[in-house]
Amino acid sequence: MPELPVEIPIPTPHQAVFIMVAVATGVASLLVVTNRNLFYSALCLVGALFGVAGVYVLLEAEFLAITQVLVYVGAIATLITFAIMLTRGIMFGVTSPNNRYMFAVMSMALLVFLLVAGVVDRVPWAVAEDLTLSGDGKSMIVDLGWEFVTTYALPLELIGLLLLIALVGAVMLARDDE
Amino acid sequence: MAEWYQVLMTALVGAGVPEWIATAVALLAGVTAIGLVAPLIALILVWLLRKVISRIQDRIGPNRVGRFGLLQTIADIVKLLSKEGINPSRADFMAYNLAPILSVFGVLLLFAVVPVTRGLIGVDINVGVLYIVALGSIGIMAALMAGWGSNNKYALLSGFRVVAQLLSYEIPLVLSMLAVVLYAGTMRFGELAEQQGNFLGLGWYVFLMPGAALIFFVCALAESEQTPFDLLEAESELIAGFHIEYSGMRFAMFFLAQFLGGFVFAWVGAAMFLGGWQGPGVDLPGIGGFLAAGYMMIKTFAIYLLMIWVRGTFPRLRVDQMMSFCWKILVPLTVGLISWQMVVQVLELPTPVIAVLVLVGNLLVMGIGLYAVGRAIRQEGFRTKRAFTPDSLIGTMQPVAE
Amino acid sequence: MLLKYAFIFILSGFALVLPLVSIVAGAILGPRKPDPVKNDIYESGLNTIGDTWIQFRAQFYLIGLVFLVFDLEVVFLYPIAMAYGRPEFGMAAVLVTLLFMALLIVGLVYDWRKGGLEWQ
Repeated sequence: MPELPVEIPIPTPHQAVFIMVAVATGVASLLVVTNRNLFYSALCLVGALFGVAGVYVLLEAEFLAITQVLVYVGAIATLITFAIMLTRGIMFGVTSPNNRYMFAVMSMALLVFLLVAGVVDRVPWAVAEDLTLSGDGKSMIVDLGWEFVTTYALPLELIGLLLLIALVGAVMLARDDE
Repeated sequence: MAEWYQVLMTALVGAGVPEWIATAVALLAGVTAIGLVAPLIALILVWLLRKVISRIQDRIGPNRVGRFGLLQTIADIVKLLSKEGINPSRADFMAYNLAPILSVFGVLLLFAVVPVTRGLIGVDINVGVLYIVALGSIGIMAALMAGWGSNNKYALLSGFRVVAQLLSYEIPLVLSMLAVVLYAGTMRFGELAEQQGNFLGLGWYVFLMPGAALIFFVCALAESEQTPFDLLEAESELIAGFHIEYSGMRFAMFFLAQFLGGFVFAWVGAAMFLGGWQGPGVDLPGIGGFLAAGYMMIKTFAIYLLMIWVRGTFPRLRVDQMMSFCWKILVPLTVGLISWQMVVQVLELPTPVIAVLVLVGNLLVMGIGLYAVGRAIRQEGFRTKRAFTPDSLIGTMQPVAE
Repeated sequence: MLLKYAFIFILSGFALVLPLVSIVAGAILGPRKPDPVKNDIYESGLNTIGDTWIQFRAQFYLIGLVFLVFDLEVVFLYPIAMAYGRPEFGMAAVLVTLLFMALLIVGLVYDWRKGGLEWQ
C-alpha cells in the first residue's frame, strides 16, 4: 500500500464540529458583505453571530456564548434589522456592494486583520494542559464576576461611563427638535 | 444525582452498546421527548384557554368534539392543515416565510433548560437563567420580520410595537431574575429548585421575594404578549398585529409559539419562585420522583391559569401607559431592589436576619409599585373625566330626557 | 459540558424541522387557488392607499438604544451576582457595583427628564 506523502489527520469529533461551525460562520460572514439585499445581509449577520457563539461553546466559555446571543443576536441584530425596516424603500431595493468606497474599505479591513493577526501571534497565550477544565463552568463565572469588581474595577466603571455617554448621545440624537 | 442522559447512557453501555452510539441514542431520545411533549402541551393549553375564558365570560366553550370538547383542538389542527396558505403578492418571500419558523424555533429551544424533577432537566447548564432570556429574544426577531415582511401597514405598526414592548420588558424581567440569582448564587434551574427545599419543601422564593415574583409575573405577561400587554395584536387598533397576513399552517405556527412561550415563562416562574419540583414528600423512595414531577406540572399550570385569569379580566393598556409602566416604575424598582439586596447580603448577619431584610425590601418594592400604579390610575381617571364632560356628550350619546 | 450543548444543538435542528414540516404539510394538503384580490394586502376590505412605509417615530429607535445599554449592564451584573458566594466579597466590591449601577440610573434619569420616556 503506497504511503501518502503527507499524513491526513482524522479530526476528532470536537475538531469536526469546530470545522463545521467555523466554515458556517465564515460563509455567513462572506454573505453579509456580498449580499445585494440589505435585509438578507442582516439575516446572514445573525447566522454569523450565532456561529461565533458556537465557537465560544466549543471553547467551553458558556457565559461568553450566552452573552454573545443575548447582546448581539438579541439586541444589536434586532436593532440593525429595525433600522433597515425604518429605511424607506429597502424592501425590494437592491444595492450593489461594489461602490466607490470598496477599495478604501477593503484596505482598511486588511489593515485591521493584519493588526489583529499580529496581536494574536505575539501575545503569550496561557495554554491549558488539558481541554477538559477542572471544576465546573460555574466557578468560572464566579471568578469572572470577582475579577470585575476587584482587578478590573476601574475598567468596569469606565464601561459604565461609556454606556452612560452612549445613552445620553442616543437621547440627544433621537429627540425631536421643537 | 445523575442526570437522565447519564443514566440512559450507562444503561446502554452496560448492555454492550458502543459509547458513541449510546450517546447519540440518549441525546436523540431527549430531543424526541421534547418534540413530542411540547406540541401535546400546546394542544392542552389551547383547550384550557378556551374553556376557562368561556367560563369567565359566562359561556360554555368548546363542548361538541369529544368529551368536554377535549378533541376540539385536534379538529382545529385538521382544519388548519386543509386551509390554503395564502401568499400575499407584495410580501417579501424570505422574511415572510422565515418568521413563523423562527418564532417556533426560539420557543422550542427554551424547553431544553426547564426542569421536570431532580435529574430530569433537558440540560442543566450553568447559565440557564440567561439562556431563557437570550433565546427568548429570537421571538422578537421573528415578530419583527413578520411585521416587516408582510408589507402591510398594520403588520408594520405591530412590528414597531414589538420593539417597544418586548425589548423594554426584557430589562425588568432580567433584573427580577437577577434578584433570585443574587440570593441563590446560581443560574442553574436544578440548583435553584434544590435550594428551595427547606421547611418540608416549602421554602419557596415567592415567600422571600414576593416583589421580585410579582415583577417577574408582570414581565412574563408582557413578554408572552398576553393581556393586558397584547398591544401587538390589539384587534381594535391593528386588526391582528404582525401576523395579519398569515393563514393556514403559518398562522398556526405563530399561535403555537405564543402558547408555548407563555407556558415556558410560567414554567420558569414555577421553577424560580414556587420551588420547582419541591414539595412535601419528594424525598420518599419510589413515589417521590413522580410526586415531584406532579408538583412541577401543577405549579406551572397554576401560574398559567393565573395568566388566563388576568387575560379574562383585565382591559388592555395603552402604548404610553405600557411604556411608562416599564421604564418609570418597573425598572427603577428592580434596580432599587437589587441594590438593597446587594447591601444587605454583604453585611455580616445571620441568615434569618438577611432573609427578613430581603423580605422587607421586597414588601417595600411591592408597596411603592402598587401605590404608583394606583396613583397613575386615579390621575388617568381624572383626565378621562375632564376630556368627556357631560356638555360634550349632549346630543351625541346622552339619552334624551323625557 | 459539551454534551449538554450537543443536546441543544440537536434540539435546534429539530426545532427548525418541526415548523418547516408542518408548514410544508399544510401547503401540500391545502388547496391552492391564488387570485389577485385574495393575495392583495388585507386592510379590512378597503384598497390600500399609499406606501406601507408610514412616517415612523425615532422614539421607537431610542427605546431600542436604551434597551441595548441596559442589556449590556445586566450582562455585567450577572457574574457579579454569582460572585456573591465568595467569602471575600466585601463592601468595597459592593460599592464598585453600586457605582456602576448608579451611572446607568443617571442615564435613565437624564432620559426621563429630557422626555425620552414620554410617549406622545
